[in-house]
Amino acid sequence: MIGKESTAGRATKFTFLGLWLVFTVFPLYWITITSLKAPGDIFAFPIAYWPEHFSLENYSGLFGKADFGVYLTNSLLVATVAGAVATVISMLSAYVLARFEFRTKSALLMAALVTQMIPTFIALGPLYLLMTDLKLVDNRLGLILVYIAVCIPFCTVMLRGFFENIPDALEEAAMIDGLSRFGALFRVLLPVMRPGIVAAFIFNFVNCWNELFLSVTLMNSDSNKTVPTALNGFISSFNIDWGSMSAAAVLTILPTMVLFAFASRHIVQGLTAGAVKG
Amino acid sequence: MPTASETTETTKTASARSSRNRKGGAPPTRGVERGRRRPEFTARRGFLIAAFMAPAAIFVAVFTYYPMIAGSQMAFRHWNLTDLSDTSWVGLKNFRDVFADPAWGTVLGNTAVWVFGSIVPQLVIGFALALWLRRKFRFRGLYQALVFFPWAISGFLIGILFRWLFNSEFGVVNDLLQKAGLIDEPVAWLADPKTAMFAVVVANVWYGVTFFTIMILAALQSIPEELYEAAALDGAGKARTLFQITIPYIRITLALTVLLRVIWIFNFPDLIFGMTGGGPNNETHIVTTWMIKITQQGDYGRASALGLIVVATLLVFAVFFLLATREKRVDKREVKP
Repeated sequence: MIGKESTAGRATKFTFLGLWLVFTVFPLYWITITSLKAPGDIFAFPIAYWPEHFSLENYSGLFGKADFGVYLTNSLLVATVAGAVATVISMLSAYVLARFEFRTKSALLMAALVTQMIPTFIALGPLYLLMTDLKLVDNRLGLILVYIAVCIPFCTVMLRGFFENIPDALEEAAMIDGLSRFGALFRVLLPVMRPGIVAAFIFNFVNCWNELFLSVTLMNSDSNKTVPTALNGFISSFNIDWGSMSAAAVLTILPTMVLFAFASRHIVQGLTAGAVKG
Repeated sequence: MPTASETTETTKTASARSSRNRKGGAPPTRGVERGRRRPEFTARRGFLIAAFMAPAAIFVAVFTYYPMIAGSQMAFRHWNLTDLSDTSWVGLKNFRDVFADPAWGTVLGNTAVWVFGSIVPQLVIGFALALWLRRKFRFRGLYQALVFFPWAISGFLIGILFRWLFNSEFGVVNDLLQKAGLIDEPVAWLADPKTAMFAVVVANVWYGVTFFTIMILAALQSIPEELYEAAALDGAGKARTLFQITIPYIRITLALTVLLRVIWIFNFPDLIFGMTGGGPNNETHIVTTWMIKITQQGDYGRASALGLIVVATLLVFAVFFLLATREKRVDKREVKP
């Protein structure tokens, strides 16, 4: 609690914080160390917590045997485009939901919440048939369109929270100064919102980057697979090759880690702004 | 000197302020003038609302709602990939098949363990971390960035990470426990039904604490310092301050966070799918991974019935939960236009 802290209190606090830090970081440390061992050393006893020989063999194997570079490119493309388009679309809907009162508003918010309650798998069959009709199966554009729809509900709720944190007076002043509503939105409101928009984009990007089931369903050919689909392929085989798997896991985590380190403060704000007011 | 009743009074006003409403009796905060704004020309206003909502609505309607609704009606049909010539209506047969399955009891039990076994430690640890992270200390920013990170990893990949950690032969968990003298023999964590469920819950706790910490920390920061000063003057101890000021003040956030998390954890097959695939012998299947299994067997009708059971359960839960916590939100309802 806020107030004076006793020495014993501080000791307890930092002990627990330290333990939790170790618990949180250790699995990530472990997968990284595993990926940097020579493939044979992964299954050697005693288990080495710091390898004697570092090796990049697992990584070179990924780009040699499997088309991991292709999967990474696909994921990067799909997540960037879908994340960006979803952010722009959600900005418009969030703006309206934050600034106007209208009859269908609560129904629309409810419709956004319901999308979070329904298991993906109920929609997979019909979605596959729909995409077949649209000739968008096994097509990156098709996956992008689906991901945009997946991102919109939560992104809208999140951005709405940001809009609501900005006083109306800001736009009103701009409109009195002669700007149109659009002018006020684009020239005054959006620049102030930049941290929120960045957070929303990163949130969308990470969601698309991580998405598995839709991608497995819609992408068949190897040249169109995204990273999670490829990882799923690694475990479908009877024995998991932990060397390749750990290297692939590290490469999958790395981009989100960079983005997260870059914007974690904004994401935290965005998450709380959106979800608390949801 | 503030009395106990004054303190309660302040808490009440404060919780009104923190509610979402901006029109009613809440003290003036940002955006309170919204209701008084001069209305724009109505047709133009309607057009603007429609035009701005349209892209989002179209995307969600076509790629989310249409497949969901089309998928829902499969629950009442015979819809099996092994025989697509016959997709006739079968009433509630798919639901009866779900309930008649001998594994259904296990699946339900596992789902309860999965949801409550995950949410309780997540809430407790998340709350404790938030309380401890509240006061600035050196490297707090770095600490937060590190412990918040699991949130950015996919559930599927977390399943894979922990599958490797809990590996029976080469797993580091066994090695550490043996070194610590806690176990003599390696444990086959994921192959033994007794330990497999525990292992997936551990992985989920690892993942989900972050969300609670973030939400609770933000809520804690909205509690005015004066409340604590008043409590300290009244001689309230730590425990009393926690239960009579901190928790009542942030109860709305707590309730909403628990609600959201229960919905998400219930609907979160990814981790188990990556970690055990539901095994050994169906012992770690929850309702949503069971649904994956049935979909993979081609029985879309029955999978869809399962999906509707999930939706119905979550809706009933959400309604009960909101009713149970309603007293706390009453200030918002009263003034709804």
